[in-house]
Amino acid sequence: MNDMTLVGKNVDTRNIKISARAVQVYYGDTHAIKDVDVDIESNTVTAFIGPSGCGKSTFLRCLNRMNDTIDICRVEGQITLDGEDIYDPKVDPVQLRAKVGMVFQKPNPFPKSIYDNIAYGPRIHGLARNKAELDEIVEKSLRRGAIWDEVKDRLDAPGTGLSGGQQQRLCIARAIATEPEVLLMDEPCSALDPIATAQVEELIDELRQSYSVVIVTHSMQQAARVSQKTAFFHLGNLVEFGETGQIFTNPEDPRTESYITGRIG
Amino acid sequence: MTDTPDTNATPHSKHGASLLELTPRTKRRNAAERRFRMYGMAAIASGLIMLVILVVNIFGAGMGAFQQTFMTLDVELLEAKLDKKGNRDIADIKKVSTFGYAPLLANAFETLVAKDGIETDLSPKKMGKLLSKGAAAQMRNYVIKNPDEIGKTVTFKFLTNSRVDGYMKGRVTRDSIANDKSISVTQLDLVDQLVAAGAIKKRVNLDFILGSDASDQRPEAAGMGVSMVGSLFMMLVVLALALPIGVAASIYLEEFAPKNWITDVIEVNISNLAAVPSIVFGILGLSVFINYMHLPMSAPLVGGLVLTLMTLPTIIISTRASLKSVPPSIRDAALGVGASKMQAVFHHVLPLAAPGILTGTIIGLAQALGETAPLLLIGMVGFIASNPPDSIAAGLMSPNSAMPAQIYEWAKRADPAFYERAWGGIIILLVFLITMNTVAVILRRRFERRW
Ligand SMILES: Nc1ncnc2c1ncn2[C@@H]1O[C@H](COP(=O)(O)OP(=O)(O)OP(=O)(O)O)[C@@H](O)[C@H]1O
Ligand SMILES: [Mg+2]
Repeated sequence: MNDMTLVGKNVDTRNIKISARAVQVYYGDTHAIKDVDVDIESNTVTAFIGPSGCGKSTFLRCLNRMNDTIDICRVEGQITLDGEDIYDPKVDPVQLRAKVGMVFQKPNPFPKSIYDNIAYGPRIHGLARNKAELDEIVEKSLRRGAIWDEVKDRLDAPGTGLSGGQQQRLCIARAIATEPEVLLMDEPCSALDPIATAQVEELIDELRQSYSVVIVTHSMQQAARVSQKTAFFHLGNLVEFGETGQIFTNPEDPRTESYITGRIG
Repeated sequence: MTDTPDTNATPHSKHGASLLELTPRTKRRNAAERRFRMYGMAAIASGLIMLVILVVNIFGAGMGAFQQTFMTLDVELLEAKLDKKGNRDIADIKKVSTFGYAPLLANAFETLVAKDGIETDLSPKKMGKLLSKGAAAQMRNYVIKNPDEIGKTVTFKFLTNSRVDGYMKGRVTRDSIANDKSISVTQLDLVDQLVAAGAIKKRVNLDFILGSDASDQRPEAAGMGVSMVGSLFMMLVVLALALPIGVAASIYLEEFAPKNWITDVIEVNISNLAAVPSIVFGILGLSVFINYMHLPMSAPLVGGLVLTLMTLPTIIISTRASLKSVPPSIRDAALGVGASKMQAVFHHVLPLAAPGILTGTIIGLAQALGETAPLLLIGMVGFIASNPPDSIAAGLMSPNSAMPAQIYEWAKRADPAFYERAWGGIIILLVFLITMNTVAVILRRRFERRW
């Protein structure tokens, strides 16, 4: 908590939810993330932007240790959640992932019913004492995922039978059903139409009241609209990180500027 | 078959050409596709023809085994022969051996011939030879069970001797028996008259399916039943061992084990095991289970253990393949909401892989069911179990045969009457295999239809 290295950049260290220091990620011999330092604050939406293949997803997956599932992936450096090192050998990634939820780049609903998709997380974490509570969680999550109206009449239908955009919103609803403290979203709107996108953005803003949200996006407008902090990645490096307004209006690094204005990407 | 770019041809302009006219290039491609379809259809047709030939052959040769020639005969159970003291004491009745019953048969034939006005030069004793050698034993068993029937006239349905049966089925003719000592032309003449009189008839013979094997001299009495029970117990052993071990091993290897050289070696060797000839497993079973562990020879338990070894690689390989085919995004999704690895596997991956696992298991079982070679080495071939086992323990431990071993045994015997039974046995085996495969398909459909 009282990590001295953090002092200076942020006066109030309690605000920092996740802190990454000198993070390196290797896929075998490929150096995918190079020496990245980032602080994710509570009640803040942080956007990761950058050209395709620059390592946004890779870095995002470090934050809830999803990279553990990739055999060739190696993570170095230090990442703390509420001051606790998440790569500490004593940490069970399962407990970590209950706190740090994730929405994946490709929608991946379970091949089960829509209801079971949402209810699965609460069930395994014991969040509902009875069926009624579970029903309530399911409805609330689907509403917050901006998909309730479309699926309320067919909760027993398979989640895989929904359209791509609906599936993605289902996955968002599934992720928030477990009440995580941090929500990582990897391009959550890439398959959504403008209306659903607006709904999801609204949701993200609402989630900010209680959680911290990290969103990867290719849409500059979206980053500008929803985020308070923006991190620009390029070729595995964190080029620039700061207030969204400042990044978009007055970037320090020429690479950031050319990316935002559409010259690299 | 594929077209390589034809650089010499003048390039066809895509612009301006009519859609209603085929360009030479399109024509060539279409022709190639038509040719390929023809090859495909020809391949399927030849496969089908072979299958039809096979099925027609098997059924032609084997259906006869499901019918057997029986003779109905009224036999007077003479008290003078069977129970001289007349006190119906079972111990005394049991003292009369099957030889003591032979005269009763001769008497019965004499009466029958006299009653129906059948003319024959045969002695009553020779006439009795038309029946199976088991006829006397059949009467004796009946009498021991129903001692009160002594002195009465009882109608028996006897199996006829296999030559008579063969004559009824067209396998034996007057020409073919020229050198046959066990039947004569005069006897066949008598058979003709008895058929006319309605005493000899072909009937459906359930004993072929349910009964036990019989000695070399009585092909007419041989049945598959007991070896079927042997196979059943072996399959139970295989299922109880190979499925849990195989599935657990695959799940561990596929989902949990670190990918290093040890698991690589294990993986390669599992594939190797699948290619090991089954007779090797047989000799392994002989040396380990019988010589070292002193399990009983010819026991279905040992057969099941050997077949388990043989089936395991099949189950492991198919289970791993179906686990692999479950998209990794499902695992990510489960882990992403905070499921443990085991929860991800058991709640999400395994249900999706189940149809594949099931199919692999049933295919492995079917393979094991039809396997003969390893059984040769542990003594399950050539053994004649006369009675079905009376308990599960006996079913596992007491010597028995198995269906394919029984078929092999029959095919090996000299008497052509056994040949028909071998084919009949094949039909039964095929029915089992087809049933198993159908069950596999149905179960798979069930599982898949859900999504
Ligand atoms: N499982 C993997 N194995 C090996 N290399 C990988 C793997 N995943 C990603 N990489 C490599 O790591 C680098 C970063 O990939 P990453 O998926 O993080 O990019 P991204 O910024 O999310 O791109 P996009 O915007 O297209 O999603 C790429 O060069 C990619 O080839
Ligand atoms: Mg990505």
